[in-house]
Amino acid sequence: MHPMTPAPFRVRSRRPVRADTVSLTLEPVEGPCPPFLPGQFTMIYARGVGEIPISISGRTRAGGYLQTIRAVGAVSRALCHARRGDLVGVRGPYGTAWDVPAAAGMDVVVAAGGLGLAALRPVVRELVAHRSRYGRISLIVGTRAPMTLLYPRDLARWSHAGIDVQVTVDHPDHAWQGPVGLVTRLVDRIVFEPRRTAAFVCGPEAMMCAVADDLVRRGVPAARIVLSLERNMKCGVGRCGHCQLGPLLLCLDGPVVSYERAARLLAVKEL
Amino acid sequence: MDVVVLQSLEPLIEALTSSGYTVVGPRVEDGAIRMAEISSGADLPAGVGDVQKPGRYRLTSGDDGMVFGFAASPDSAKRYTQPPRQTLVRVRDEAIEEVEQEAPRVALLGLRACDLAAVAVQDRVFAGGRHPDPAYLRRREALFLVAVNCAVPGGTCFCVSMGTGPKAVAGFDLAITELASPHRFLVETGSERGGEIVALIPHHPATSVDIDAAEEVSRTAASRMGRQVDTDGIQEWLPAAHDSPRWADVASRCLSCTNCTMVCPTCFCSTVEDVTDLTGQVTERSERWDSCFTLDFSEVSGSHVRSSGLARYRQWLTHKFATWYDQFGTSGCVGCGRCITWCPTGIDVTEELACIR
Amino acid sequence: MSAAEKSRPKLAVWKFASCDGCQLTLLDCEDELLPLASTVEIAYFLEASSAIGPGPYDLSLVEGSITTPQDAERIRHVRRVSRRLVTIGACATAGGIQALRDFADVREFAAVVYARPDYIATLERSKPISAHVPVDFELRGCPIDKRQLLEVITAFLAGRRPVVPGHSVCVECKARGNICVLVAHGTPCLGPVTQAGCGALCPAFNRGCYGCFGPTETPNTRALNAQLRRLGMSDPDLVRVYRTFNATEEPFLQASEEAEGDA
Repeated sequence: MHPMTPAPFRVRSRRPVRADTVSLTLEPVEGPCPPFLPGQFTMIYARGVGEIPISISGRTRAGGYLQTIRAVGAVSRALCHARRGDLVGVRGPYGTAWDVPAAAGMDVVVAAGGLGLAALRPVVRELVAHRSRYGRISLIVGTRAPMTLLYPRDLARWSHAGIDVQVTVDHPDHAWQGPVGLVTRLVDRIVFEPRRTAAFVCGPEAMMCAVADDLVRRGVPAARIVLSLERNMKCGVGRCGHCQLGPLLLCLDGPVVSYERAARLLAVKEL
Repeated sequence: MDVVVLQSLEPLIEALTSSGYTVVGPRVEDGAIRMAEISSGADLPAGVGDVQKPGRYRLTSGDDGMVFGFAASPDSAKRYTQPPRQTLVRVRDEAIEEVEQEAPRVALLGLRACDLAAVAVQDRVFAGGRHPDPAYLRRREALFLVAVNCAVPGGTCFCVSMGTGPKAVAGFDLAITELASPHRFLVETGSERGGEIVALIPHHPATSVDIDAAEEVSRTAASRMGRQVDTDGIQEWLPAAHDSPRWADVASRCLSCTNCTMVCPTCFCSTVEDVTDLTGQVTERSERWDSCFTLDFSEVSGSHVRSSGLARYRQWLTHKFATWYDQFGTSGCVGCGRCITWCPTGIDVTEELACIR
Repeated sequence: MSAAEKSRPKLAVWKFASCDGCQLTLLDCEDELLPLASTVEIAYFLEASSAIGPGPYDLSLVEGSITTPQDAERIRHVRRVSRRLVTIGACATAGGIQALRDFADVREFAAVVYARPDYIATLERSKPISAHVPVDFELRGCPIDKRQLLEVITAFLAGRRPVVPGHSVCVECKARGNICVLVAHGTPCLGPVTQAGCGALCPAFNRGCYGCFGPTETPNTRALNAQLRRLGMSDPDLVRVYRTFNATEEPFLQASEEAEGDA
């Protein structure tokens, strides 16, 4: 099969998670769903509209993918409007993964900004599934407003499973009693042993750099801070050239990249 | 490797044609030497040469009767290995159908050593990684490559610097060196099917005189490079020079028109487009040539990573000469000089690199 | 009216100051016209039919520039009755060839041309539609390209962004396999600073590009001007090549002013 040919999938369920964001579960029309690693993405094709990369947020009981999509362009809008039973195309999974087992024996910081939590959800689930292997686990989440918080029930569950979950919002409503402001402010409120800490960070690029810089300042080695980067992507298989970041083709060498590698690349304007 | 001598290319063209190949070779069209379909040796540009300078290309005529007395054509093998547009899939009702891409049997006659190197680069991009493209492989398999060793490098050539020429050493089915007085063609066989074609045509074994003459052609060509690049350590120093003031200087001359990327025999970037019919029943997805000089190339959620012309030129040059190694284990530049000749404002990569360094 | 007809989107085609050439492009879509007519309800298209279907309209195609006070009022009406408004052609997107009058005094022209210039109610400038009302999409060209028009309509029907790239003509020129007339022939060509869309029509016939589709997304006219001067173009000629159908589009305006020595 040609690497650009999508496999037919069906939308099994569609759940709005906030005003402009929808979680879809997708299952192949035929055969099993290829396995994925936390951090990997698929190229999802909305018929007649186009194809975009979307992180995989989880696996359904029937073996499909859970993928959370925010309507920002024509393709994501079309996918957000997809109905149960609709045909979509899926290629992948592609890309590098978060190496969660490598954090065994260490404290773990998971930092998510906005939709970044969608890519980190499989990380947290794996941490929770093997809670005893890790030291302190903190999940810090920044979101626009209380209403735009992703996966609130998961967050509650993870909190009960022994994870320090902290959420900050940009725009609080009257009921909000938690912190307000950037997610970086939460870095100071969590406890970890910097020299023995692994961090998984996903969100807008400026947020990731700010969090990573804070962690480095606190003494976390840059090699153990990993980010999930985003660039324009047309193919996912290293042939369209769009997702380059210096020497990296983010579809093959990313999206998950260590801050040690990414920092000097992200520091160059318009690279 | 068998080495033979042909008195004329006519039987070769006939043999290729009768073996089912469309023969595409150099011929004069629209004031340039294009790679176009040829049906006989008479179509070849006898006595025609070219003068290539930054941003300038002109034909010359002479009476030496040499049919390969010119440098790189504006056309490379890219159009055949990676056609400008390919339909990938067709979506009809509830079915996603893969569209069978054509793989025409074409004999490319007159590729230069730099062109062969470029094909090898594209092989790595499309077939060498984790996601090989079966349609690319079929197209490649259907191409019969007849190289011609350069006798007259152009004013913008620098294959010696890039280690890709001027003599074709691998990757061809047949390689020709055109020799004068008497006019004849030394032919090296590079593959089994190349040998099968040679077996079909009248030839005689090359003598040491022929072989020496051919060696001399390549030696002379190597000494007549129009340009050069110092590639020593380029993989390190070029990406590190991202703040060089030269980028702003070249950006002031760069049109972001994409011509350098379009004529480059290795530039492979593409985009994918959806076309729906009016009834909405049938959708086709096509892949077409794209360029890192377009604004949309780096679009993320409505904004552009490389919005300045400076950043786009820096991306292209740095990728071509340095970060290509990281991604594909080779330089992206083969030294053909096309980007220099066909830049409408005559930007010369060799000059830019020298200044950046 | 059948249920099917009810659900068909309504298309309207409007004319302002223009030559009708872009509207004609729609009628030019011979093979596609019947499927189009069965997919959308062509509710208002005086060039094709005097029947006027009632608004509001789902998609309005607007041709022509705004040159009179009446048209300035009428375009506001068109905007009000249109869910999507797409301008088609250089007149509508850039003011058109008639915007050349912007470089002189329109009252002087009126006095020369008309016996009773006081009868003429005209605005000082020929402006694109977008100068008067918000526009959802601008389709460039003088005239527009048929395939691009169909693309805009089908993209509208499919709910996707039209594939109408903002890059240079050179992309299409090279994909088509044309020789570069600028480099190989020394022919002045605006292709490197002009938006693609025509399929590189003129260079395919060994002519330079005339810039019918207006400036690219990021044109560097200063660099092109320098090269055109090296090819022997005089400054008055440079002014003229930019002052055609898209003369008042900012990058082309700047380019011509630079050649005039105003920049």
